[in-house]
Amino acid sequence: MRCKYEIKRTNNKVQVNKRIMSKINETFVKGSWNEQVNVRDFVQKNITPYDGDSSFLSGPTERTKKLWNICLDAIKEERANNGVRSIDTETVSSIVSHEAGYIQKDLELIVGLQTDELLKRAMKPYGGIAVVEKACSEQGLEVSDRVKDIFRNYAKTHNDGVFDVYTDEIRKYRSLGFLTGLPDNYARGRIIGDYRRLALYGIDALVAAKKADMQGLTGPMSDDKIRLREEVAEQIKALLQIKELGNKYGLDLSRPAESAQEAVQWVYMAYLSAVKEQDGAAMSLGNVSSFLDIYMEYDLANGNITEELAQEFIDQFVMKLRVVRHLRMNAYNEIFAGDPTWVTEAIGGKLMDGRHKITKTSYRFLQTLYNLGPSPEPNMTVLWSQTLPEGFKKFCAQVSIDTSSIQYENDDLMTETRQSDDYGIACCVSFQEIGKHIQFFGARTNLAKTLLLAINGGRCEMSGKVIVEGIPALKSDKLDYDEVMANYKLAMKEVARVYNESMNIIHYMHDKYYYEKGQMAFVDTNPKVNLAYGMAGLSIVADSLSAIKHANVTVVRNDEGLSSQFLIDGEFPCYGNDDDRVDNLAVEISNHFNQLLCGLDTYKNAEPTMSILTITSNVVYGLKTGATPDGREQGVPFAPGANPMHGRDKNGAIASLNSVAKLDYKNALDGISNTFSIIPKSLGADADIRNENLVTMMDAYFSKEAHHLNVNVLNRELLEDAMENPNEYPQLTIRVSGYAVNFVRLTREQQLEVISRSFHSNM
Amino acid sequence: MLRVHSFESLGTYDGPGIRLVAFLQGCNFKCLYCANADTIELKGGTETSVEEILAMAQNQKPFFGKKGGLTFSGGEPLVQAKQLLPIVKTLKEHNFHVCIDTNGSILNDDVKAVLEYTDIVLLDVKHINNEQHKLLTGKSNDKTLAFVEYLNKINKPVWLRYVLVPGYSDNHEHLHQLGEHFKAFDNVEKLEIQPYHELGAHKYEHLGWEYQLKGVKANTQEQLDSAFNIFKHYFKDVVIN
Repeated sequence: MRCKYEIKRTNNKVQVNKRIMSKINETFVKGSWNEQVNVRDFVQKNITPYDGDSSFLSGPTERTKKLWNICLDAIKEERANNGVRSIDTETVSSIVSHEAGYIQKDLELIVGLQTDELLKRAMKPYGGIAVVEKACSEQGLEVSDRVKDIFRNYAKTHNDGVFDVYTDEIRKYRSLGFLTGLPDNYARGRIIGDYRRLALYGIDALVAAKKADMQGLTGPMSDDKIRLREEVAEQIKALLQIKELGNKYGLDLSRPAESAQEAVQWVYMAYLSAVKEQDGAAMSLGNVSSFLDIYMEYDLANGNITEELAQEFIDQFVMKLRVVRHLRMNAYNEIFAGDPTWVTEAIGGKLMDGRHKITKTSYRFLQTLYNLGPSPEPNMTVLWSQTLPEGFKKFCAQVSIDTSSIQYENDDLMTETRQSDDYGIACCVSFQEIGKHIQFFGARTNLAKTLLLAINGGRCEMSGKVIVEGIPALKSDKLDYDEVMANYKLAMKEVARVYNESMNIIHYMHDKYYYEKGQMAFVDTNPKVNLAYGMAGLSIVADSLSAIKHANVTVVRNDEGLSSQFLIDGEFPCYGNDDDRVDNLAVEISNHFNQLLCGLDTYKNAEPTMSILTITSNVVYGLKTGATPDGREQGVPFAPGANPMHGRDKNGAIASLNSVAKLDYKNALDGISNTFSIIPKSLGADADIRNENLVTMMDAYFSKEAHHLNVNVLNRELLEDAMENPNEYPQLTIRVSGYAVNFVRLTREQQLEVISRSFHSNM
Repeated sequence: MLRVHSFESLGTYDGPGIRLVAFLQGCNFKCLYCANADTIELKGGTETSVEEILAMAQNQKPFFGKKGGLTFSGGEPLVQAKQLLPIVKTLKEHNFHVCIDTNGSILNDDVKAVLEYTDIVLLDVKHINNEQHKLLTGKSNDKTLAFVEYLNKINKPVWLRYVLVPGYSDNHEHLHQLGEHFKAFDNVEKLEIQPYHELGAHKYEHLGWEYQLKGVKANTQEQLDSAFNIFKHYFKDVVIN
């Protein structure tokens, strides 16, 4: 089905008219951004990198505190009400579906809510009406008859489309847990609009640019050309709706932003339109802080604002991002626990010319974690480069130690490998060039369960159903490494094939029935696409293969001849101890599986990428997977992402980091997630030493070409106390796997799993 | 081959910076409060070669930053001075920073050679009063005191470490005596107060030994502060670990 997609990328010509050359834009350094839509060029020409420390920062204003307290009360109410404050069961959400909503209008410097009321959730049934109905009924509410009638009888949804064409094989893989969390009954998300474009150009110029693109998309009218023309037409409609959204709030979005406050407001309006139209699993913000800083610098230099006000704009913006909500059914919580929205904002990094991208507004974003308290959203992601200024590195370490709310990604590795310095993080950990690139989210496959196919002649170890034909039965129940490995490769090949087929179907249908017109309006016409596959269970696979190779492992089979237990005689090295004998197995398997995926044709000719990431599905994967040859019993949760299994990393934190750092980013371009938890005391005896040691650790880990690190600095006892007394910890935040959650919003099962993870302690 | 009990790759309390700490098997003391009681037995441990330790050090090198390195602790690492020598020699050839965490009771030619390749000696002084020292460790403290003399003679930097056990080693008079004794040694750069904790007590049960400090509670902040203030009279750098 490889579609020849050779339409030339259009050049985004902007009509240089008076509207773009607004007063403030006149003052900025000119460049190609004046001729075409090119925010990167604008940032590069106008950024003011900041080398100082955090001493300039301001605390929260009275106004901020008042406004945030209203939000905190509402959030408390939400938690008390089964996690949902209210639902609009009448209105189908769209960019213009709701009238303006406010938290408290006279206190708000940055305005806009998804609906007309704080924390009121909206229905987005284009993903699937059944899911919306379930989500409502679980809260004791019912979708209005009108909406049910429309979506049951007239409008087709993404979910309908996918299940119309799914094969029996895909259904089987899905229901037995070989493929989990596929975005086939919810929006795929992951696409990041370049929301900065609205501030820099305004709607009118963006519409003109899209119209110009449209004119270039002429015959012959092949499938893909027709589709693209329709997509651009949709985008133009969305842009006009966004202008209307602005009108509802008294904002003239037709023109570029004229001040720092407007720049923040315009960017937020662009983002808001995305989360009004779509409820994708992850709705990242992108990389806006250093863009906004250019406007802040202008207004500060001209005496238009004070530092206090600059911080207030960001505090209020972040407050709005913290109250983004989507309507989810309870089952969704199994894979994406804690009601996350993944408003991921990438902060920092460096430019290709060697300058770093740390600005005062990078600091201001992190400062919100003090001004408003810790929070999982927005998902703050620091793009770590060895060359970032020391002051900023230290501030990051401090914020991590104080709030456990930041994750880090290796900017040096990503800019080098992906050749771009203007990227955001889609969802948890995935590179996405802003406005140039999009992603098709692919959830993940269970490679540990796949390993059991190799041992059970291609049958599912739990149901006994045949999953893969042609896998020979083992000659002996005493496992032979070469024999198991040969079978495993056969199984992985088939799993990759079925996985790929499901992905192609899902994204074809999502484009057809739930196209992200609002977000794509802020992306180049005909962008590059990554097909983001994922895998789970890597540490279990590595340890299992290590056990088979270095110890004697015997299968115990049940009456049906399926593996039910593994007897291990002898010692074997475990992943997480910086031991090549097993770490190389992890590398080999992840590379091999990625290569299998890379060999398969994709919808829209997307470039395949793969992540080693689990979100919180490591718990549900564990439930769906029988006993494994590493000694793990049936039902026991997997380690998250690329982490070593809990408690098996015996040589301390650094050895564990070293093992993960060996995984090859080039074979896991969608990201390699590592979640690291350490008790504060283990970082050193006093605050300065802890800070310094954390910076050294980060520099070292990323110097080894590791990709990602979630940093939690907290005591297990604190989490145990929070489990018992949740009301005392409303803002306790913990990084799980590529994102952060309010600990008290996890289910008890998930809380226990988080607590059972390795907390590095050298005491 | 060195007999190693275990490794801690994120050592942040055993010398400067981030350190790879090798806990060696075997000790000639048997301190009542030993937190690593499972390292006391002279036999056992995992045989580990020079190459293996060098490889670990090299893998971890970026984490050592500007200050960190390796620390040999235990057990009493100098019980294995002969086996340790080629290792520290190799590590120094590769420019690693090396600390030895010792009770200072062994001083032979091998030990002297090991010290040549050591950057800082972390010297655990258990007690300044000989009777009390015997009570705590089962041995006299005269060798430890002589060890410091030797380190001073060869001008080897020393960080003193002192475990503050309530009722056993926190008598103020003794703390003053300790300060008086060591203040004259210009190679002593620092004194680290090690708070007493019971975290190692469970190991005794496992070993079938009786934990003799049962009922002794961890230090109060007040106890730590007053010890800190006393030591501050004698040493320019005092820290509570």
